Amino acid sequence: MTVKTLTINDQLITASAEQTILDAAKEAEIKIPTLCHLEGVSDVGACRLCLVEIEGSSKLQPACVTQVQEGMVIQTETEKLKEYRRMAVELLFAEGNHVCAVCVVNGNCQLQNVAIKVGMDHSRFPYKFPKREVDLSHRLFGMDHNRCILCTRCVRVCDEIEGAHVWDVANRGGQSFIVSGINQPWGEVDACTSCGKCVDACPTGAIFRQGSTASEMTCDRSTLEFLHRARTKKEWTR
Amino acid sequence: MKKIKLATVWLAGCSGCHMSFLDLDEWLLELAQKVDIVYSPIADIKDYPDGVDICLVEGAIANEENLALIKEIRQKTKFIISFGDCAVTANVPGMRNMLGPAETVLKRSYLELGDITPQLPQEPGIVPELLDRVSPVHEVVNVDLFLPGCPPNAARIRSVIEPLLKGESPVMEGRKMIKFG
Repeated sequence: MTVKTLTINDQLITASAEQTILDAAKEAEIKIPTLCHLEGVSDVGACRLCLVEIEGSSKLQPACVTQVQEGMVIQTETEKLKEYRRMAVELLFAEGNHVCAVCVVNGNCQLQNVAIKVGMDHSRFPYKFPKREVDLSHRLFGMDHNRCILCTRCVRVCDEIEGAHVWDVANRGGQSFIVSGINQPWGEVDACTSCGKCVDACPTGAIFRQGSTASEMTCDRSTLEFLHRARTKKEWTR
Repeated sequence: MKKIKLATVWLAGCSGCHMSFLDLDEWLLELAQKVDIVYSPIADIKDYPDGVDICLVEGAIANEENLALIKEIRQKTKFIISFGDCAVTANVPGMRNMLGPAETVLKRSYLELGDITPQLPQEPGIVPELLDRVSPVHEVVNVDLFLPGCPPNAARIRSVIEPLLKGESPVMEGRKMIKFG
């Protein structure tokens, strides 16, 4: 294992060459906010919450998909980063229809959590109020595209842990949305095993258990981490 | 000491924020020692007065009456607080924006879903016209402080008003002060 030495927030740390800045920071107990990152599945750098400043680069880099390099000097909490992170969260709220008062995960929502963390008490961007669909064709679960932030956690967890690949992303840019199967109603996708991993992975109330009322739904993400760890390290207990 | 002129206004919302305000219970008596309520849905005052110090605005801007009133409020008020999610995000009243402009919404509500004698409400000068888009308050006028929540609970309302009465700015940070829904 090659070891790299780098500095994060003036703290000298060591990390293995394969590690990302996010992993290295986590080991050094330096907290970087994340939203699309999910332990156990690959990283895609979709939400831009984990942006960091790297000395010598004018661009802000997402910590979850940037590998450590020897001698890197990284800052994770500058005023510039705080401002951009808050803007990223405001944009997420402005571009969907996030009506917390009628949402099943109100109070248990990771989007709300990061909003609080970055100090967002309102969005400075005009709300778009897009017209989006709700899919209730699955007998157990529902998909409310109004609450989707396109983090693709559901896509990755279904593909990489469950191996069913029910979810994918259709279109590009502002027209993007999550599709089930080949853009079929979720209930008609034969590949779906109804395992509920996507429900546990979703950071908002976009994918939910039917019958859940506002503030009622919680997601157990530790199950996903456990499954991933148990499979890769062959830690099955039975 | 001169009393602070406090107003509370109810625009497009459910009045839940005002209910939460009344949940301040006995602290309201303390508050009454320090402020004059110069305009409020819980006081019978017809016109919004001049020289208001602090105004709590509940609700979004959904019709022409809301729009005219919020502009008058901005002109006559030193410090406006967006009070609750409807004022801060448009919240539930804003959900009609996904249906399209006012005409589509009215047709859906009063014609397509009208059981008996379906007709559009029309009483110029009495029933205010709907705006095509429900907006949060800060998209229409400048807002000085945001107090989200549906509704913000009494403790949080007090944590905002108390420092303001002393001339201090409340710090809107952390889970205790920022809460949506």
